[in-house]
Amino acid sequence: MGQWKQQTLSRKNWMAFTGLFLCLYLVIHLLGNLQLFLPEERAHRQFNLYSHILSGNIIIKIISYILFASIIGHVVYAIIITLTNTRARKVKYHYDRRGAVSKWYSRNMGLLGTVIFIFLVIHLRDFWYVYKFGNLPLDAQGHKDLYILVISVYSELWYVLLYVVCMVALCYHLLHGFFSAARTLGLYHPRYAKGVRIFGWVFSIVICTGFAAMPVYVHFLK
Amino acid sequence: MRIRLKVWRQENQQDPGKMMTYVLGDINPHMSFLEMLDTLNEQLLQEGSRPVEFDHDCREGICGQCGIMINGRAHGPLKNTTTCQLHMRSFKDNEEIVIEPFRATAFPVKCDLKVDRTAFDRVIASGGFISVNTGQAPEANSIPISSPDVEAAFDAAACIGCGACVAVCKNSSAALFTSAKISHMVLLPQGEIEAQTRVRSMVDQMDAEGFGHCSNTEACEAECPQQISVLHIARMNYEYNKAQVLKK
Ligand code: FES
Repeated sequence: MGQWKQQTLSRKNWMAFTGLFLCLYLVIHLLGNLQLFLPEERAHRQFNLYSHILSGNIIIKIISYILFASIIGHVVYAIIITLTNTRARKVKYHYDRRGAVSKWYSRNMGLLGTVIFIFLVIHLRDFWYVYKFGNLPLDAQGHKDLYILVISVYSELWYVLLYVVCMVALCYHLLHGFFSAARTLGLYHPRYAKGVRIFGWVFSIVICTGFAAMPVYVHFLK
Repeated sequence: MRIRLKVWRQENQQDPGKMMTYVLGDINPHMSFLEMLDTLNEQLLQEGSRPVEFDHDCREGICGQCGIMINGRAHGPLKNTTTCQLHMRSFKDNEEIVIEPFRATAFPVKCDLKVDRTAFDRVIASGGFISVNTGQAPEANSIPISSPDVEAAFDAAACIGCGACVAVCKNSSAALFTSAKISHMVLLPQGEIEAQTRVRSMVDQMDAEGFGHCSNTEACEAECPQQISVLHIARMNYEYNKAQVLKK
């Protein structure tokens, strides 16, 4: 077993690998969904065609399995790591002001992650489950009409709010997670470490604003 | 100055311990924090009670012996300062000051504010050295080392092993301490030779002592009296990953 004994650093490596893969997925997901911003007619046709092509593609299928595995791996390792960390300090401080020297979101990645996980469950039930197992009407081209589903889901205001709040949680999770992953993997060069940090900030904000803009746009402008 | 102290009192490792309140009437603002504790102990001795035990040695901020949680912060309210370099002028008159030992499973409390930090010694002993034949001191200039490398290694070597990084870390991780020791050696040609076995055994030992994972919150760098950079942690991760990949 010695060879495969997991250490604190190797567990963190898995967190970083799965986390970065999920980041990559976010980019692809965002780029694809930008089609929602096209003019009504075109958006309707193109979005349904796009989902049709994706769902039939073997490569996409493989990626989606890796994606599910990454989500599960990220969650499982997060739990193992948190449990180990709790054991590392059994007696708590009576008076604790240590929060003054670090960012709140860097200390609450687990909490933010939980919000994101709950969001994922809701999100998959709304779209992925309905697309795969539900009875969606067909559009003029004979593809499942996912576009109509998107429009109807986002017509509820509280739902739009829920999505936006969850994207804020994702943004904070990424603000810490992206650079943290790079550090875990060993990026120690001061100049590049700083570059990655700034890139991480821009990345988190762009991705999350992009995703949050979709329900808002659909709700108010369609 | 008049201050109220809430101090953690614990007889021995088995004792559950509790907070006790003391009032000190006549404190000079120019006293160091440890001198204030000395004053408290004189008062306790006069009353015939057991003085508060705490660790200290140089009282110059260079040995790393002192280390207490003061008002919920490692080494008190100032950043990058040891407990012995903290002065009473950093507190207000009539302030209540809460004093606790550094807490981590790997640092069991021995008595009052004194904790057992030998876990650090065992991490060092597991690989924080270079293997050389003893004998006459070698010629100092026979191994050329560039000045930036010397400086970088020295910055890492400045760690005094006080344990504030562990105390302030939400996960009680010893990543900053261990990585400083690893960086210190790997940056020098003498230390590079055993780099792979060193990083593996030191990380193994760090885990065996029961320290937590590093979450990169960077609280350790903010409290470290020597301002050891968190980038050393990244270097440790790099060295560790390299060692794992190249392992035969
Ligand atoms: S007593 Fe030596 S550093 Fe504080």
